Amino acid sequence: MAAVTRGSFSALRVLLTQQYRRRSFRPQNLRLSRTEPVPSRWATSLQTSCSRTLHTAMARHRPVVQFKLSDIGEGIMEVTVKEWYVKEGDRVSQFDSICEVQSDKASVTITSRYDGVIRRLYYDADATALVGKPLVDIETESASELSQEDVVETPAMAHEEHTHQEIKGHKTQATPAVRRLAMENNIKLSEVVGTGKDGRILKEDILNFLAKQTGAILPPAPLFQEIQTPGPAPVAAPPLSAPAGVRPPPATPRPVFTGKDVTEPLKGFHKAMVKTMTAALKIPHFGYGDEVDLSRLVLLRSELKPVAERRGVKLSYLPFFIKAASLSLLHFPILNSTLDEGCQNITFKASHNIGVAMDTSQGLLVPSVKSVQLLSVFQVAQELTRLQALGAAGQLGTAELSGGTFTLSNIGSIGGTYAKPVILPPEVAIGALGKIQVLPRFGPDGQVKAAHIMKVSWSADHRLIDGATMCRFSNLWREYLENPASMVLDLK
Amino acid sequence: MLSHLRGTFCVLSAGVQRAWSSSSCLFMDPSSPGLVLQSQSTDVFQNLALEDWIDAHVDLQQRSILLLWRNRPAVVIGRHQNPWAECSLPAMRSAQVPVARRRSGGGTVYHDLGNLNLTFFASKKVYDRRRNLKVVTDALRRVRPQLDVQATDRLDILLNGQYKISGTASRLSRKSSYHHCTLLHSADRSAIATLLRPSCPGIRSNATPSVPSPVANLTDHAPSLQWEELLEAVVQQYSSEFGLTSASRCVDPADEVLFPGVGSMEAELRSWEWTFGKTPKFRVETQLELRDEQPVARCSAELQLEVKNGLVESCRVEVPAAWLPERLSASLAQALLGERFCPHRAAAALSALLRCESGPLHGRLRNLCDVLVAAMG
Repeated sequence: MAAVTRGSFSALRVLLTQQYRRRSFRPQNLRLSRTEPVPSRWATSLQTSCSRTLHTAMARHRPVVQFKLSDIGEGIMEVTVKEWYVKEGDRVSQFDSICEVQSDKASVTITSRYDGVIRRLYYDADATALVGKPLVDIETESASELSQEDVVETPAMAHEEHTHQEIKGHKTQATPAVRRLAMENNIKLSEVVGTGKDGRILKEDILNFLAKQTGAILPPAPLFQEIQTPGPAPVAAPPLSAPAGVRPPPATPRPVFTGKDVTEPLKGFHKAMVKTMTAALKIPHFGYGDEVDLSRLVLLRSELKPVAERRGVKLSYLPFFIKAASLSLLHFPILNSTLDEGCQNITFKASHNIGVAMDTSQGLLVPSVKSVQLLSVFQVAQELTRLQALGAAGQLGTAELSGGTFTLSNIGSIGGTYAKPVILPPEVAIGALGKIQVLPRFGPDGQVKAAHIMKVSWSADHRLIDGATMCRFSNLWREYLENPASMVLDLK
Repeated sequence: MLSHLRGTFCVLSAGVQRAWSSSSCLFMDPSSPGLVLQSQSTDVFQNLALEDWIDAHVDLQQRSILLLWRNRPAVVIGRHQNPWAECSLPAMRSAQVPVARRRSGGGTVYHDLGNLNLTFFASKKVYDRRRNLKVVTDALRRVRPQLDVQATDRLDILLNGQYKISGTASRLSRKSSYHHCTLLHSADRSAIATLLRPSCPGIRSNATPSVPSPVANLTDHAPSLQWEELLEAVVQQYSSEFGLTSASRCVDPADEVLFPGVGSMEAELRSWEWTFGKTPKFRVETQLELRDEQPVARCSAELQLEVKNGLVESCRVEVPAAWLPERLSASLAQALLGERFCPHRAAAALSALLRCESGPLHGRLRNLCDVLVAAMG
């Protein structure tokens, strides 16, 4: 491994030397050998390019380069600009994508040759761009970034990049400024982890690498000067506190939080939910909770599960809860009603369209199983499977999502026991089912036994429904579930 | 030579598969300037990801590569096209045919197992699409000399001067290029008619349009031409044109050891943001027919939508005020803003909104919602 990197570094040096020779304004006496000291003039100019604050104060001339659209090949003279990846004012590095152009079924990505800031886009999207004419103006960071070459990529340029690839065995991308920085600090690019696009090595990566090596932080961070206690102490001051800006090693650095608040407007579905929930909380809610012993239902389901599977349907507990709710609504139709806007009239809905709250990638959606009063438990299970598949695929339509008259929310499938569900207008009641837990309960013989207990929390509209009604409805529902055989008595 | 090649064909033609331990063995072999690969996968996203991987990671200055692949039924649109305009998304949902956006330009094609895809990878210096198509036409002429196949100026290949059997698209990056084309061996032409039509009416866009042409399968005119025979002919012709010495190899596009990073490329190609979010800005302008059941009444409304990056940027629904108050139709239009241009997303937002609006106009509002959702494909 060492042999490879050493060899590669000398080849890199050769490459860089070639580049520098081509640029005529480089000082001729620059020597880039590994062991000799770097000329001080170069070191100072390098430090200015390291520290951004100093750089802007230098008042250097920043040339604006016209980046022309290079030859696409096949004699093509014009292309359509399809998509811009940058806009005016954006900072780009060499090899960043600038735009996509299309010509004659060929889609071409144009990448930047320079580091700098985009100052002007010559075309809008869908406009026709001409080969050889300016595409963008880039304000480069320093004169040294400029290439004196012709716009069309010469074989020499391609050869250089190719040589570079061969050395590394994989593409290591870094701009000339970054390479210079690495060279001057005797850093092997292959040892630096690139954090830029495609693993490109940025200036920050070189600086971090340096900081790790020497234990110092460059440039000096004003934050840490506060840690040093002011005032003379009789104890010998640690030697490291003497030079300004170098922190004492034992102190752990205070983490600098660079996160920012992000604000985005509420749109579409979320905005609609805001309206729905605001309308919902205008309804005076009252809550009622109870627990249900599902031990017998658990047994029944385990017997019926293979039967349902043979028919191609996965049987969970929810179809039983839904059917029991419908059977109970037959005795308490006021829970399946709706109040009109002026609170003048109540409409008793004939059909039990029981909504099932679903957590999807979009958020909370409540498709409903229509006319449960006409369906058997198996048919409810079938319909539920269909709705769950649609929900998972993000394909629920208005037919499924509207028309509900009563809702059950099986939040227990995710977790939780008691809840305080919010009624979904225009309905008047909702139930939230907690998870089924095995808990100790006293049996009829006074002995403790394990029971499958589920908690249920109902909410109802107190303008229409009183506590006693809700309680009796809940008791009836609970009886059906605690003794599933009784559902057989009321089958139609 | 023929029997040696036959032994190395894989799922593309049901044969023996060879495993390669690392991509460097595969791609760094200096002895051969050309390499033929065959993909074992028939998943369109995996194969497109493999193309991307080779384009990004292989040094094409020294060698050229031919990749042969085919897909289970899928519709592939060009980089700058509009999927809603090019194919019927509802029909594709029920047929379970996915839509994929490739990175090269050009028009929409329907892929199935009777369509052979060829991708010619080369450096930008030797990018020559006519030479690549010549490989295909020469191969066809060698196995079936009676077939009249010609490449046109538009880089299609025509059979008997009128039926298109191959379409071309290509992509040029910083240093590399690839040119891929289809070749219709025995594809299902009826599916093309059902699936390649617009999803919803009234789309106005500047996206690259597809140019429809009459197509034919090679087997329509040369019924005895077998799939394996076609593959062998193409590989042989490529070998003689580009100076290949080693045999063709089977690769698995999902193999992360051979192609590190190909999984994330595949995930990007599958994502909604790539397939739909990359659509150039477009407008939808259409009439909506509204109706009441009791008493029976009708009304026309106008819908104008602008979609940018696949999301609804602006929406106007103009319903006569006598039918529905402007406040209600405006609130429906508002609910669609910022959502994906997708009938299901619209259904979720509109259903949530419908809950807040009860009253005598609820039926008409519900009807408007249904019609709006239907207008989105």
